[in-house]
Amino acid sequence: MVVVAIIDYKAGNLTSVRLALEHIGVECQITDQPDRVLAAERVIFPGVGAAGAAMKNLRALGLIETIKSVVASGTPFLGICLGTQVIFEFSEEDGGTPCIGIVPGSVKRFAAHSTRPTDRTCSGPKVYSGWKIPQMGWNAVEFTRPHPVLAGVASGSEFYFVHSYYPAPSDESYIVGRTEYAGVSFASAIGKDNLFATQFHPERSGRIGLRLLENFSKWDGTC
Amino acid sequence: MLTKRIIPCLDVRNRKVTKGVRFQGNVDLGDPIEMAVAYSEGGCDELVFYDITASAERRPIDIEMVREVGRVIHIPFAVGGGIETLDDMYRVLLAGAEKVSVNSLAVHNPSIIAEGSRQFGAQCIVLGMDPVRTDDPRFPSGYEITIRGFRERTGLDALEWAKRAEDLGVGEIVVNSVDADGTRNGYELHLTRLISTSVSIPTVASGGAGTPQHLIEVFNEGAADAAIIASMVHTGEYTIAQIKNELAAAGVPVRRTW
Repeated sequence: MVVVAIIDYKAGNLTSVRLALEHIGVECQITDQPDRVLAAERVIFPGVGAAGAAMKNLRALGLIETIKSVVASGTPFLGICLGTQVIFEFSEEDGGTPCIGIVPGSVKRFAAHSTRPTDRTCSGPKVYSGWKIPQMGWNAVEFTRPHPVLAGVASGSEFYFVHSYYPAPSDESYIVGRTEYAGVSFASAIGKDNLFATQFHPERSGRIGLRLLENFSKWDGTC
Repeated sequence: MLTKRIIPCLDVRNRKVTKGVRFQGNVDLGDPIEMAVAYSEGGCDELVFYDITASAERRPIDIEMVREVGRVIHIPFAVGGGIETLDDMYRVLLAGAEKVSVNSLAVHNPSIIAEGSRQFGAQCIVLGMDPVRTDDPRFPSGYEITIRGFRERTGLDALEWAKRAEDLGVGEIVVNSVDADGTRNGYELHLTRLISTSVSIPTVASGGAGTPQHLIEVFNEGAADAAIIASMVHTGEYTIAQIKNELAAAGVPVRRTW
């Protein structure tokens, strides 16, 4: 029996997720096998990269129906970064990509044209005035409601982000945490029944991120 | 608000962290794994490791060290030095590094940037560059790219090289000023600002940090997204927390909880 299955769909490096779980003493297995994912006590759906290639790989590996049924079965499920994005209905990435559609809403690209606040303090000629895309670094997550996966984590804690697109759920009641970047306040943490999903990387967010993963590893999937 | 990243740089030689001035006169400072843990727990936002003799000794990067770092810290870290092939990049990332840094290799073989970016994602390909000031009119930015630790000039203009690297698919640029490296007299502000405001990807300032005031300057005047520090923390003169407190007091957004 797999305790935590980490879904491998050729979307980036999963080592950091495995190392973070090992650090907190949680047994895990990286797998692309639908039966192993279905049999796991908990499932982590990570990923970095582009939505188009991710959906293509998920389809080829027969994992789309697997993910839908594992979420429907009540198994605690954690999406991270690209994994979070492709559980929405649609992403603007790669000229528009239909996604898995577990959470209603879409994934949008940051607009690069808004002026960075830091540029106002600078003198000299301004060549590039937009926000850097991707957002890369640590940003605060303001919690909009309590959630078992966030137990012991203070609202406003900073987590590590790397992304050019952000989730926009059509039902705001699914939003658990918000983060501001490039002039938008976007949904950086999402909760829907047994599904919890983050745009940030808890596995790269130091002690606070490990706390979140520890909470997830003990969560029964109810709120 | 996205915070400005403070990144201690660990130059590693024979499994020891070392530091020199303008790439020369190195002295050993400590064990890289112990220092990585101390900086991570002390509140740094990221770390970078350079295996500084791998290239010269024509050997692959110390992969076992990368694995060990990955096991003990859970914040992003980049690794550079001795990266020659896509397979080298893959091994470093698979060992637990978030990013791989290429410098001389990118100059000799720019297509490897594009290929690495396509295969592993732009976010994990970092271009390290070592520009040196020049009056030569062939270099419109006033800086020429050097490689192999300032030993070799390339004929590349720093700004043109930065823009080209962005087009090739690099996710981040580290601008390490050869003139400022190890001097502790402050970052090369003009150069950092020139590159950071000309590309749309994050730009990391490197070389010259000696006081928290230098970091305040490079974030405000240099428009840097992140700053690399070395001697000022390696010597024990400042802690990360002290630096961040001074930055916060000056209005620079930094991560305060860890």
